[in-house]
Amino acid sequence: MTDQIHRTLGLTDEELEKIIEILKREPNHLELAMYSVMWSEHCSYKSSRIHLKRLPIEGEHVLVGPGENAGVIDVGDDIAIAIRIESHNHPSYIEPYQGAATGVGGIIRDIFTMGARPIAIMDPLRFGPLEDARSKWVAEGVISGISGYGNSVGVPNIGGETVFDQTYIGNPLVNVLCIGILPKDRLVLGQASGVGNLAVLLGATTGRDGIGGVSVLASAGFGDDEEDADKRPSVQVGDPFEEKRLIECCLELLDAGLVVGIQDLGGAGLSCAASETASRGGVGMDFDVSAVPQRELGMHPYEIMTSESQERMLAIVTPDNLGQVTEISKKWEIRSSVVGKVTEGGLLRIMDGLNGAVLGEVPAVSLHEDAPLYERPIAPPNDLQSFQEETAEQLPEPEDLGADLVSLLSNLEWITSQYDSQLFLNTVVGPGGNAAVLRLKDPVTNQETGRGLAVTTDGNHRWCAINPRVGTAMTVAEAVLNLACVGAEPRALVNCLNFGNPENPTVMWQLSEAVDGMSEACREFDLPVVGGNVSLYNESQGTNIDPTPIVGVIGVIDNLDAPPPGKKWAEGDRLIVIGPEPEGLSGSAWAFAQGHRKGILGELDYDLHKKICAITRELVQKRLVTAVHDVSVGGLGVATAEMAIASGIGCSLARIPSHEALFSESSSRVVLAVNPDELTNVEEILTAAEVPKARIGLAHGDRFTIKGLLDLELQDMKNKWESHLPAAFEGGTTQG
Amino acid sequence: MIPTIGVVVFPGSNCEQDAVEAVKELGAEALLLWHGSPEIGDIDGIIIPGGFAHGDYLRPGAIARFSPAMESIVDFAEKGGPVVGICNGFQVLTEVGLLPGALQKNIGLKFLCKTVNLKIESTNSVLTSRTNVGDALKIPINHFEGNYTCSEETLNELRNNDRILLTYEENPNGSMGNIAGICNEERNVVGLMPHPERACHDLLGSTDGKPLLQSFLESANV
Repeated sequence: MTDQIHRTLGLTDEELEKIIEILKREPNHLELAMYSVMWSEHCSYKSSRIHLKRLPIEGEHVLVGPGENAGVIDVGDDIAIAIRIESHNHPSYIEPYQGAATGVGGIIRDIFTMGARPIAIMDPLRFGPLEDARSKWVAEGVISGISGYGNSVGVPNIGGETVFDQTYIGNPLVNVLCIGILPKDRLVLGQASGVGNLAVLLGATTGRDGIGGVSVLASAGFGDDEEDADKRPSVQVGDPFEEKRLIECCLELLDAGLVVGIQDLGGAGLSCAASETASRGGVGMDFDVSAVPQRELGMHPYEIMTSESQERMLAIVTPDNLGQVTEISKKWEIRSSVVGKVTEGGLLRIMDGLNGAVLGEVPAVSLHEDAPLYERPIAPPNDLQSFQEETAEQLPEPEDLGADLVSLLSNLEWITSQYDSQLFLNTVVGPGGNAAVLRLKDPVTNQETGRGLAVTTDGNHRWCAINPRVGTAMTVAEAVLNLACVGAEPRALVNCLNFGNPENPTVMWQLSEAVDGMSEACREFDLPVVGGNVSLYNESQGTNIDPTPIVGVIGVIDNLDAPPPGKKWAEGDRLIVIGPEPEGLSGSAWAFAQGHRKGILGELDYDLHKKICAITRELVQKRLVTAVHDVSVGGLGVATAEMAIASGIGCSLARIPSHEALFSESSSRVVLAVNPDELTNVEEILTAAEVPKARIGLAHGDRFTIKGLLDLELQDMKNKWESHLPAAFEGGTTQG
Repeated sequence: MIPTIGVVVFPGSNCEQDAVEAVKELGAEALLLWHGSPEIGDIDGIIIPGGFAHGDYLRPGAIARFSPAMESIVDFAEKGGPVVGICNGFQVLTEVGLLPGALQKNIGLKFLCKTVNLKIESTNSVLTSRTNVGDALKIPINHFEGNYTCSEETLNELRNNDRILLTYEENPNGSMGNIAGICNEERNVVGLMPHPERACHDLLGSTDGKPLLQSFLESANV
C-alpha cells in the first residue's frame, strides 16, 4: 500500500522503516503525510541538527534558548525581548510577493506566540543581479510583499540589507528577523498541559495553500520552469489584516491569563502545532479534523493536517475559560473553534469528531523528537589548495579606481522607503545606520526607560565562499562592531544558515565550518545563540549558492538620552582609522566585482577586535566623536565615501597607498570623525587603551580626494549613489 | 482644564497608541474609543489615527465610515467639536463626507515612508492656530494612498476659502495643489496625510509636529 507513496511525499525508504518501527505497523496515508512534513528538512533540521549542537546557547540574560518558538532575553526593568529569524527562500522564488509576505507573517507569529508584542522586523535579502530579468521580478515582488504585509500588519521595518550577486540567480534569500517586547511575567511557552484542557484553533480558515510546502519547496532544489509552475499552489497566501486582529486577540487573551499554552501554525500546519504542543508538554492530544473551519470543499484529513494556511494559532485553554476566550475572539472578529482535547499517554489521535472514528494515531513525540538525525558526509572541496593560492592581491591594479569605488556605492532608500520604519515611536536610528536603534519603553506603562535596544543583521557570502569558518566568524565580529558603533553591548544572537544541497559533501563541509566559526566567535564575544533557522537545498540547475550564514544580533544601550553619532561628519573634523592595517583583497566586494571569487582570509584577532569594540563603544557613549562608521563591505573606500555622501562634505585623505588598502575588508577597523577640539582627548584615550590608530585626513570641501590615488567630485559620487538602484529597478532616474 | 482626547480604534488601526502618547506628552488626557461602540463619552476632541482600518478593504476608510462610533463622531463634528484625521484618518473623513475629495494611490505607485518638508498655508483651523503662515515643518509621511484628488470646483473652493492648511514643498505623491492637509468649512474638522505624532520627540528626529498638536489641544480646551 505504501509502496511508492512515501517517496512522492519526500520520505526515504529508511525513514519509512523507522516509522514502521515506531508504530509497530505500516502507517496509513494520513500518518505518512504527517511524518513527511514533520520530518522534512525544513521542519526537522535532520541534516544540520548534529552540527547545531556545537553552538553555545548559555548566557546570563537568556530566559528562553533555542527550541521554542523564539529566543527570549532579559533586558532589565522586568522587560524581556523575544527574537527570531526565519527564512522563506523557496516560496519567494516561485511567488515573490506572497512568499515574502508570508515569511513576514510567519516570523511575527513566532514572536507573539511567546506573549510578546512584535515591535520591529528586519529583512536581510539576497537577489541575483538586477540585469537578470527574473531576479529583478523576484526582487520587486519580494520588496512589495514585505512592504505590503509588514506595513499593513503594523510592525515597523527598522533595517536589513540587500545584496545582489550572481550566486543568487535562481535562489533568492528572504530572511526576516522579528523582535517583540513583553513584561517578563507574560512569557508563555508553546506547550500543552492539563489533561482535559481544550485545544482551540484561532484565526483564518484552513484551505489547501502551502500543502507540502515544507517538503515540496524547502527540501528540494529548483529545476526547469515547468516543474516550478507545479510548485506554485504550494506557496501560502497571507492576509495581514487577519494577522493584525490575531495579534490583538492573542495578546488580550494572554494579558487576561486565559491561555495555558499557545503555538503558532507555520510549516507543516496543524500536524506541527498539535504534535509540538503535546510533545513539549509530555501529553497526548485528540484532534478533531471535522471541527477545523475549512475554506474549500472536500478537503481530506491529510490536507487539513498539512495545510499551511496562514494566520492561525492553536491555544490550549481550560474548559472554564472557553467562554471568555470565545468572547474576546469575537470582539476581534477572529474565528475560534475547539478542535481538540489534551489527553494522557502521549498519543496524537486524528479523529473525525471527538467521539468518532480514529483516522490516524501516532506518538506525538515521534513527529517532533524522533525525526531522523543525519550525519551526512563532509568533504572540503578537492581544489581547496589551488583555490587558496589564487589570491585577489594578484589582480592587476584597477584602470579607473574612482569608477571602481563608485560602482560599489548604492543608496538603498528605493527599497527602505517602501517600509514603515517609524510606527510605535521607538525608532531613533532606522534603515541606513550602523545598526538600528530603538527606544526601550515599558510594555505595560509605555514609560521610557531611558535605555535603548540596538539590532543589526549581517551576512557576507563573499567572505564565506572564500573560507566558511573565518568568514562566519568575521560576520559575527562585524555584527558586534556594528552594535559598538551605536554604543550598545551585545546580548544575544540568532542565525539563519542559508546553504546549498546537503547531499553534496562540500556543502555539508561549508555548513560545519560555518557552525565552527560562529561557535568560536560567539564564545569569544560571550554571545549566546538563542535561536536559529536552517535553509538548505538552495541550489538551482545543480549549482549551489555561496554559503550565506546570516546573523541577527541584539544589544542594549545603557543611556539613550540623545541619538548616537551617525555617519555624518562636520566640516573640519579630523579623520582617524582605528584597528589593524588593512590586509588582503580575497573575498572583497571589489575582487568579486572583477569576477575573482577565490583566495584566502586572514584569521580574526579576537583580542584586538574586542578592544576595538570596547573603545568604539566608549567614544560613542561619551559622544566624543561626530561620526563613526565601521569598515566592512567595500573597505575603507566605501566607508569614507558613505560618510562624505551622508554629510554632503568631502574629504582629503592620505596614507591609503594602494587599491588593496582602499578595498580590503579585513576586520576590526573603524573610521572616526573627531572635532578638532576633542582630538587631543580622543587620541589620548586611544593611546591609553593601546589601540592601533592612524590619522588619515580631514573632512572638508566638495571633493573626495585620496592623495596619490584619486580625486573625485562629491556631487557626482552622490548622484551615482542615489540613482544606482532606481535606475536598475525602473530603468531611469526618479528625477524627471 | 485638561482636555480629554478620544482616539478611535478600528480593527487594523495601528497608530492609536502613538497618538495617545503624543497627546499625553503635551499634557492632555487621552482614551481609546472602540469603533464598535456608539458611546464616545465626554471628550473634548477626536483623533482618527493612522493605520489600515478594516484592512483597507474596498478602499481605505470605506468600511470604517459605517462603524457605530462614526455616527457619534459626525454628530460631534457637526456640533463644532474639533476632529483631526491623520493619514488613514484623513481617508476615513473623506469617505464619511466630513471632508471633500479623495486620497488616491501615490503617483509613484509605491508605498512611501519619509520625512518631508511641509509649509503652513493657513492658521485658520483647529490644527494650525498656533502656527504662522509660511512656517516650514519637517514631518514624516507614511502611505501608499496619499494622493489628494478632487474636482476643479472643490480645489477652487478650498483655495478661495483658505481651507488648504498644509502643502508639500516637494510633492511626494502627486497630490493636487501639493495638498497635504485641509479643513472643512467650519474649520473644526481637519485631515492631513503626514503624521504629526511621529514628530514630537527629539530622539525621533523632529519636534515639528508639536505646534500642530498643541493647536489642536488648545481648540479642544475651549
